[in-house]
Amino acid sequence: MSAANLWDRWRETMDKTTFTNLFTPFDRDNAAPKYRALRQSGRERLGSLAWPTTRCEDWRFTSVAPIVETTFALPVKCDDLKLPAATNTLRLVFVNGRFAKALSAPIAAGLQVGSLADAGANVALLAQIAADKDNAFTAMNTSFLCDGAYVVISDGQVVEQPIEIVYLSRSTDKPIVSHPRTLIVVGKNAQATVVERYQGDGAYFTNAVTEISLAEGAVLDHVKLQQESLQAYHIANTQIVQGARSTFTSHYLSLGGALVRNEVRVRFDGEHAESTVNGLYLASGKQHMDNFTVIDHAQPNCASHELYKGILDERAHGVFNGKIFVRKDAQKTDAKQTNKVLLLSDDATINTKPQLEIFADDVKCTHGATIGQLDATQLFYLQSRGIPLDAARRLLTFAFANDVVNRVKIEAIRAELEERIVR
Amino acid sequence: MLTIHNLHAKVVGKDILRGINLDVKPGEVHAIMGPNGSGKSTLAGVLTGKEAFEVTEGEVLFEGKNLLDMDPEERAGEGVFLAFQYPVEIPGVTNNYFLRASLNAVRKYRGQTELDAAAFLKIVKEKIKILQMPEDLLKRSVNEGFSGGEKKRNEIFQMAVLEPKLCILDETDSGLDIDAMKAVADGVNALRSKDRAMIVITHYQRLLDHIVPDFVHVLSEGRIVKTGGKELALELEQHGYDPIKAGMAGIAD
Repeated sequence: MSAANLWDRWRETMDKTTFTNLFTPFDRDNAAPKYRALRQSGRERLGSLAWPTTRCEDWRFTSVAPIVETTFALPVKCDDLKLPAATNTLRLVFVNGRFAKALSAPIAAGLQVGSLADAGANVALLAQIAADKDNAFTAMNTSFLCDGAYVVISDGQVVEQPIEIVYLSRSTDKPIVSHPRTLIVVGKNAQATVVERYQGDGAYFTNAVTEISLAEGAVLDHVKLQQESLQAYHIANTQIVQGARSTFTSHYLSLGGALVRNEVRVRFDGEHAESTVNGLYLASGKQHMDNFTVIDHAQPNCASHELYKGILDERAHGVFNGKIFVRKDAQKTDAKQTNKVLLLSDDATINTKPQLEIFADDVKCTHGATIGQLDATQLFYLQSRGIPLDAARRLLTFAFANDVVNRVKIEAIRAELEERIVR
Repeated sequence: MLTIHNLHAKVVGKDILRGINLDVKPGEVHAIMGPNGSGKSTLAGVLTGKEAFEVTEGEVLFEGKNLLDMDPEERAGEGVFLAFQYPVEIPGVTNNYFLRASLNAVRKYRGQTELDAAAFLKIVKEKIKILQMPEDLLKRSVNEGFSGGEKKRNEIFQMAVLEPKLCILDETDSGLDIDAMKAVADGVNALRSKDRAMIVITHYQRLLDHIVPDFVHVLSEGRIVKTGGKELALELEQHGYDPIKAGMAGIAD
């Protein structure tokens, strides 16, 4: 066995102790008995799984070595974090994975929105949507389950105001790991908008899992704004199950983090459902951002539209892997996938891989990937109108991102993105 | 205002301009005519700082400053404006956004305060009325999906907003039907003033029926071979450029 193989074997089996060693102190500080059984099943699953290596096809371009080789500490209490500007007043704030009531806005009566640690949370679907049988990070999230956010919208209820969930991280002397967990359940013909925000300072690891269920006719607009610190690791698994005639629209906006993996898995569980998955990832320096999406057309007559755009500068590395499964009975599927990448430097890298597996014969599936640079003719045109080269580059970069940005319905977030790109 | 002295320039190693001399004073309109490949668009590109052109000899002074030392955006700030032969499409940027960024960049260069959205809109609505342009043009992406006529009018609209001292119109009539050309020419004429000079580059005389020049220069093989008044354009229309190429035989002085 070669040295490289030995190394992989060691990493796959032994290295989980840096996390599993935390179980005992975690259990001592976080009783949350209601989730004990879930945690236990998560731990058993984690014990049976290996960390993914770059020899797994789904992880070919992303090594998790920097994460699994770091010794993280459990979160400490931290109440002095500054908050990002509010985009609305329905806001839950979590600091290092724990609900921070003082920083959160009171939730209006009649809304089932709150902390998973609350006894009253109606969370029957928790850990039922996110598959952990081959995902060690998801299993690990469940292993530490004690808090997180839940949003349950009753049948027929229409919530106009966006519900914002903020996960803040801050390490003290050692890098910490937190496992944010979010459950969003939208009832029959109910409607809601949910924003997840991830922010923090210093070096830490966020291992997030979000589970989303849309009942028949439900409508959900979901925004995830990843603004982690540039030293942070961020691994997220967002899984969505859609009932018949439901409409899911999402915006995965990735701006921060040193090493980032965003997994999005949509599964159609009923007919005539529609899913729109928009993504924007901006990376510079040595940031690594991996976008992994799976759209599972398990039912006929569903439509999915996926548009991901990446902007990579300096030595950044981007990955886009877009899988679309069309099952044997999923006739009349309409699936469209587009991935466009703008490379702003000669040293930036993108690996893009569309993957369509189609087992039905009456379907419409398209995919396309483009990789380009800023257009010299457009740059000169802007310069000839007085706009300095630097500003012209930023303006054209913004133009590239604009269609994804414009699909975000919350104006404050659009403005934030514009500021970030054009500044 | 503009003095071009013995200007030589190359494009991908090929000599295109071979000693241009031209003097433009405020308020004057100079037409530059010439056959294809004579160097008309190269001259426009050199004056505005297009990268592809390499100046090998000569100088260009704009209000006493060395224009060739400046970046394209500095030239715009100084007051040089090029109406492009092929206006560039910029999907994802609205005309409104683009124009405000442009006007504020130029104002900043000129030491003026930048305009907020409201003040900008007031100016733009005024100009749009003068040029009789549809207001929805502001909300559309820059030149994207515009007809040929709309693109050229949009160039003149930008010119109106930026208020340059020297306007260079590069084949602004190309690809336009008579009505569209007249609309563009009306826009240009509305911007003529005693302080503003114009260089109108065109292949055909017909544009000069509408934008009447003070001087007409004939460019051939990278040099100005003949200069005259507006009547020179008519002679060219009748006899073509061949007599000039053949040593100006057949053209009366």
